Amino acid sequence: MPEVRRLLARAGVADPESLEAYRSLGGYAALARVAERGPAWVLSELEASGLLGRGGAAFPAGRKWRAVAEAAGRRRVVCNADESEPGTFKDRVLMEQDPFAVVEAMTIAGLTVAAEDGLVYVRGEYRLAAARLRRAIDQAERAGLLGADVAGTGRAFWIRVVRGAGAYICGEETALFNSVEGRRGEPRNKPPFPTQAGLFGDPTLVNNVETLCNVPIVVLEGASGFRRYGTDRSTGTKLFCVSGHVERPGLYEVPFGTTLGELLALAGGVWRGRRLQAVLCGGAAGTFLGPDRLDLPLTFEGLQPVGGTVGSGAVIVLDETASLWDIVLRVARFFQEESCGQCVPCRVGTQRQLEIVTRLASGRARPEDPQLLADIGAAMTDASICGLGQTAAGAVLSALALRPGAPSSSNGGASAAHGRPGEVV
Amino acid sequence: MSIVIEVDGRTLGADEGMTILQALRRAGMDAPTLCYHPNLTPVNVCRACVVEVEGSRALVPSCSRRVEPGMRVRTDTERVRRARKVVLEMLASSVDTSTAPELAAHLAAYHGDPARFGSDVARVLEPLRDDNDLYVRDYAKCILCYKCVEACGEDAQHTFALTVAGRGFAARIDTGADAPLLESRCVFCGNCVAVCPTGALMPLIEHRMRQAGEWDESRQHVAETICPYCGVGCALELHVQGNRIVKVTSPADHDITRGNLCVKGRFGFTYVNPDPGGR
Ligand SMILES: Cc1cc2nc3c(=O)[nH]c(=O)nc-3n(C[C@H](O)[C@H](O)[C@H](O)COP(=O)(O)O)c2cc1C
Ligand code: SF4
Ligand code: SF4
Ligand code: SF4
Ligand code: FES
Repeated sequence: MPEVRRLLARAGVADPESLEAYRSLGGYAALARVAERGPAWVLSELEASGLLGRGGAAFPAGRKWRAVAEAAGRRRVVCNADESEPGTFKDRVLMEQDPFAVVEAMTIAGLTVAAEDGLVYVRGEYRLAAARLRRAIDQAERAGLLGADVAGTGRAFWIRVVRGAGAYICGEETALFNSVEGRRGEPRNKPPFPTQAGLFGDPTLVNNVETLCNVPIVVLEGASGFRRYGTDRSTGTKLFCVSGHVERPGLYEVPFGTTLGELLALAGGVWRGRRLQAVLCGGAAGTFLGPDRLDLPLTFEGLQPVGGTVGSGAVIVLDETASLWDIVLRVARFFQEESCGQCVPCRVGTQRQLEIVTRLASGRARPEDPQLLADIGAAMTDASICGLGQTAAGAVLSALALRPGAPSSSNGGASAAHGRPGEVV
Repeated sequence: MSIVIEVDGRTLGADEGMTILQALRRAGMDAPTLCYHPNLTPVNVCRACVVEVEGSRALVPSCSRRVEPGMRVRTDTERVRRARKVVLEMLASSVDTSTAPELAAHLAAYHGDPARFGSDVARVLEPLRDDNDLYVRDYAKCILCYKCVEACGEDAQHTFALTVAGRGFAARIDTGADAPLLESRCVFCGNCVAVCPTGALMPLIEHRMRQAGEWDESRQHVAETICPYCGVGCALELHVQGNRIVKVTSPADHDITRGNLCVKGRFGFTYVNPDPGGR
């Protein structure tokens, strides 16, 4: 399936610091249509579009927007631009190359759910993205497209940029609220959900950057136009961040349903003519897929049965020479370092998992280790408070399934393909 | 308003606004709890109390999730037992449980074996903080149940002397840059000590007696009285061993105190003892 350019239509084409350039390539046409058709129309198109959240949880965007639109009291719109999943850089490209699209989409959200306060929470390291968003907000305000009277609608909407401080957990929506409120970056107890009580206790619409950037497309093309791409249940296009051992790593936009093999082919295939060992799909919170999965369609429904996930869209490719267990060790260390420590399964589980994976990666596995990893993984997945703990065992357990023997020496993964289950060294 | 839920195939009546745990307990059923306390807002962090709720992907903490009409709950599945057991084992593998009877009891009930993670695992290593005349803090025993933070904060004392610092396995209860208690905001009400389920927070007298091998609850009796200091009239339980008051508590279900006291009521009793200066 070919690469398409819908979300990326302006990236690298229009000057990202110029409102005029944005408008000349179709920018703000969607806001004009929203001003004309009204919130009820937007909600029904969005629901009919089948757009699912791109931040990892795949929640239907239309249902979320309606919940906030129907909530009582002051409402808020938050754009989640924390993008801290390892191997993920799609939101960065959107914000750096097409910042007005983020601003326009948030403004549409504000008008639709009747919120006046918008906030975009940008990953701390993303200086250029934050600067470009601020410039875009300034220009939009001066052009009357943001502020006290948005595009002559008589409705107010403001956007504030807040920069994160480097914690992965602050990308979790409720930890993000705590971070903005000046509290400890810990996920909150759900329910209540953000749509009921979010930032500063107000009903809050929180969406990922990529999710929001799909909204102007839905508005301009209608639900049926949007559904021309993708499958029935995974509608539209998806940005995949392909990194690792491919000829042309980078950001690729493809319709949902493109197979893993087709995506890798777009990126020039495994580099240096080597064989594929595995793909870490979904980032650290994702799972390893073996070379036998190349025919798998990249959709929410296609990946789920094999324990896979679209997640953040990170696709990290390992060739046959890579040390799988060294990568697994880095993933285990990542979760041990990023756990907020609030709940027992994740606080202790990520620590114990790291201890065991350290043994496995250095060829010192004990006979009980596979069982311990399975038990710890089950407790983390089933009993953790938030998605961090719930996904912290996915990569480790999928690597174990791919290489049941674990490495028998520190040269790691490739040689371990021939190991026996539970091998002790 | 009364609603009906189903638990392990049994039909139970419950009141709207009740948690699953409350509904279980009212029906004579139970779930193991560590971070739950009837007087504190549920923080649902220990995850010992998890149950299966139909329609929920992950397990659900029964201590905080409210019942809904028609909710179908399972407390006895393999998934629930496994999660509870592993959570208890992991916790016990990381802290000193010598004065944590609840944790030990739950662990035994689930046939947990904390030693199976190996003897070389990371544990919570913290020195005893013995920095004042009234209570000690031994965070090597702390399970981070947040009860002390809540009791010191919005749920009782409103002093906010305690918080959590650090993250992941390095997260600890903290007074702010690890200040000694006398330099912190602490007003020594001891309400944190009263709710600590692990003995990580312990009155100094009890700590000293345990160290000397003198603490013996089987030789203690409890005398109920009213605090003599002010007109509020807090209920006191004087724990007496060998004709000396060794500890003062207040019943957690008492209408006036909810288990809370002030520094005088909780700690100002040594003058009654035959050896007022002694500990
Ligand atoms: C540990 C953790 C980190 C997360 N980080 C991000 C992030 O960086 N960006 C993001 O959009 N969503 C992130 N999420 C998901 C958010 O909680 C939330 O589901 C999402 O922002 C909702 O937007 P969507 O419906 O548009 O996907 C994270 C979740 C978890 C558990
Ligand atoms: S799962 Fe991990 S990150 Fe999430 S609340 Fe629990 S300890 Fe914190
Ligand atoms: S003794 Fe009272 S004031 Fe001091 S930390 Fe404990 S609850 Fe807070
Ligand atoms: S000190 Fe006690 S009450 Fe406080 S978190 Fe630790 S175990 Fe809980
Ligand atoms: S008692 Fe429910 S999570 Fe601790």
